Amino acid sequence: MKRFIGFVKKEFYHIFRDKRSLFILFGMPIAQILLFGFAITNEINNVEIAIFDQSNDVETQKIINKIKSSPYFNVENQINKESDIEKEFKKGKIKAVLIFERDFSKNLQTKNVAVVQAITDATEPNVANTIANYTSAIIQNYQSQKKQPKTNLVKVEVQSRMFYNPELKSVFNFVPGVMTVILMLVSAMMTSISITREKEIGTMEILLVSPIKPFQVIIGKVFPYIFLSIINAIIILLLGFFVFKMPINGSLLLLSFESILFIISALSLGILISTISDSQQTAMMLSLMGLMLPVIILSGFIFPINSMPLPMQIISNIIPAKWFIIIVKAIMLKGVGIQYIWKETLILIGMTTLFITISIKKYKIRLE
Amino acid sequence: MNEEKIIQVENLTKKFGDFTAVKGITFDVYKGEIFGFLGANGAGKTTAMKMLIGISNPTSGKANVAGFDVLSQSEMVKKSIGYMSQKFSMYDDLTIKENITFFGGIYGLSRKQIKQKITQLVEELELQEVINNLVGSLPLGWKQKLSFSVALLHEPKIVFLDEPTGGVDPITRRQFWEMIYTQAYKGTTIFVTTHYMDEAEYCDRVSIMVDGAIEALDSPKKLKEQFQVDSMNDVFLKLARNIE
Amino acid sequence: MSISVQNISKSYKSIQAIDDVSFEVNEGELFGLIGPDGAGKTTIFRILTTLLLANEGNAKVLEFDVKQDYKAIRNSVGYMPGKFSLYQDLTVEENLTFFATIFGTTIEENYDLIEDIYVQIEPFKKRRAGALSGGMKQKLALCCALIHAPKVLFLDEPTTGVDPVSRKEFWQMLKRLQQKGITILVSTPYMDEASLCDRIALIQKGKILKIDSPSNIISKYDKVIYDIQSKNTHGLIHDLKNYSSHYSVYAFGEFIHYIDTNQNFNPNDLQDYLQQKNHTQIIIKPAQTTIEDVFMDL
Repeated sequence: MKRFIGFVKKEFYHIFRDKRSLFILFGMPIAQILLFGFAITNEINNVEIAIFDQSNDVETQKIINKIKSSPYFNVENQINKESDIEKEFKKGKIKAVLIFERDFSKNLQTKNVAVVQAITDATEPNVANTIANYTSAIIQNYQSQKKQPKTNLVKVEVQSRMFYNPELKSVFNFVPGVMTVILMLVSAMMTSISITREKEIGTMEILLVSPIKPFQVIIGKVFPYIFLSIINAIIILLLGFFVFKMPINGSLLLLSFESILFIISALSLGILISTISDSQQTAMMLSLMGLMLPVIILSGFIFPINSMPLPMQIISNIIPAKWFIIIVKAIMLKGVGIQYIWKETLILIGMTTLFITISIKKYKIRLE
Repeated sequence: MNEEKIIQVENLTKKFGDFTAVKGITFDVYKGEIFGFLGANGAGKTTAMKMLIGISNPTSGKANVAGFDVLSQSEMVKKSIGYMSQKFSMYDDLTIKENITFFGGIYGLSRKQIKQKITQLVEELELQEVINNLVGSLPLGWKQKLSFSVALLHEPKIVFLDEPTGGVDPITRRQFWEMIYTQAYKGTTIFVTTHYMDEAEYCDRVSIMVDGAIEALDSPKKLKEQFQVDSMNDVFLKLARNIE
Repeated sequence: MSISVQNISKSYKSIQAIDDVSFEVNEGELFGLIGPDGAGKTTIFRILTTLLLANEGNAKVLEFDVKQDYKAIRNSVGYMPGKFSLYQDLTVEENLTFFATIFGTTIEENYDLIEDIYVQIEPFKKRRAGALSGGMKQKLALCCALIHAPKVLFLDEPTTGVDPVSRKEFWQMLKRLQQKGITILVSTPYMDEASLCDRIALIQKGKILKIDSPSNIISKYDKVIYDIQSKNTHGLIHDLKNYSSHYSVYAFGEFIHYIDTNQNFNPNDLQDYLQQKNHTQIIIKPAQTTIEDVFMDL
């Protein structure tokens, strides 16, 4: 036990003396969460739009006021002639122009149909699409509020309600995703690098020619990173909770258990990588290419698994991160208990056991 | 050996912040001489040599190498010297021929000259069988002989050798020194930096650097007489003890 | 017998690293493996420290088999690999404490063994190992290898890249450790260090060429070597190699070592020959045989 404590102590010395890695270790989760939460988002906020109101009557004024009061749009200016529309777009500030046809109110009352045209700047297709959806939503909303059963402007109203994430806040998707990526990165890459570093500087030779047992070396290596990963997970959850108002509806205890399980599976992957690489560089490349990319691409973090081609969907099943993301979302958003996620948990446990077994088997008691 | 000075160093000093790595050293090296530049690791040898080959600027003092000032004409200095280090010599994953062609190109040799050099080297070093082998597959001794030849490709006036024969087997080592003697005989000046004192025994003259200053400079024979010992190793030991 | 090696061979892919090597090291002996880089010294060390398995042959350390009883060997030997293998980001003291703990001991317990080495680096005990000079790193590494009072010490090229003063001190430390009853197997590419060992094995290209005490190796060498010098070394080597009865001609420090095939070799004849070849300041005198001379003639 004394040996083990001595070993862990040494590992912490390494970690805390390498200021740059330490900064990356704790700076990265914060930066990533903020990045994903604020910058890379499907939501729109404060988009600059212009209005070309050819009718300028009561109805259009009401609609415009509604748009002005929404947080999504800033009405930048009014346009008075058609030829100005393109000019405005070319300036680049305006992302959309709403055009109300002539005699808007009149048409609405007499023909039951009035046309609002939304022209969007599709150089950013996603933004354009979202703007179009938001504007039509606002107008529909206005329409329904008018309570004019006789006019029946929209005969079939599609009502969609979003469960669990009613505002479709993308940050609810990103927090579990980033947490998964960070835990995988910290756990797998850092352990594999720290083990291969001992190989590289030659201390592994001395450790091998000593009474310390291989599993003591492995656990001693892994232990500090379990600790660091847990701290990281806590930081991410706190950021999600306080900055992005991401709820944790389920049991915190269950969430911690699942996180530790995932951390251990990532750590055993790290050990596995270290058994097949001889240099820190190889370990890093293997961790990045072999773990990070699949985690980001195939786990459902960024790209929905359902819309992937079938072979990719099948491959995604062997990615532990996929199951962890499902679990985390279920606990945090749906607030479910273990009875709903035992299958995913079992899969994770199975994978972890497999990785640990392989890495202990592959861990060499000699140099080759 | 004649008395033409090919390297002139006057009060050469290099400071890193408060630390003076090279403390105003002064010495001359003559044309065609094998000059040993000795010192323990950290004595300032490498720093001094870097200034002489024009890749580090002196804090003060002057050095003239092959007729060029190391500070203002460093590009000309680089053109007139060759450099061989034990650590980096050649690309292991290229063949001998590719290495020679590559380095010839770097030194600005024409294609015709490179061809001539390859033919010449194949003959001198008996490379017929291995010219298309990867350098990585050659024994250490061959690599060293080869990288010495590569350092000489552009026929420099001075060659700087950084610990050239450490760890090589005794016979290969002799062959290597014979190559050096031949080159010196042809008029090339050889500047050897090393902390292996037995390498010093082969030099015409040696300087010993301790803590950034040159503490002894003479032929190995005279130094041994002066310190009344049998080997350069003992000269160094005595010198280090005196300074402590 | 502390170490016994019988017909060990080891190859990596197509390279035969060591080929049918056998030797024995007695208890309390300072035994040297002398040979250039790539001779197979490190492979022998790694097999004996149980880090590698030999393809053929047996080896025992302290009567333990290197294959079966590897755990017992790992408990009782000290090993200093060729490369400086300590934690550069840990201080001198932390390194030593760490190695003491993993060997299940403390610095205090075996302090008498490392004392005279450790006092030299103790002033720097708060300094990180990476910031030490070559000689100090080497002393620290030795302390770490000794901290658990091993019965056998394996030192793979401990003096490579170290300045002469530190080298000398290091060998003095080895002598003192030997007096404390520790068996030491040391390797070095420096022929001049051979004479500091009790017995040596000369090794090249994976084969042991000779095993004996350094003095025996020299006294049993029956050829007479001459130191020869002239003003023009390059020409001298060339002309000596053209001298009809030459056996070998090797540059050797400021002299050329010359051996003649003729039993009744007369230096005056050679003197005349060299004068004819326009050599000046000629010196011809009998030379001291060194281990290196013997090595080159094997």
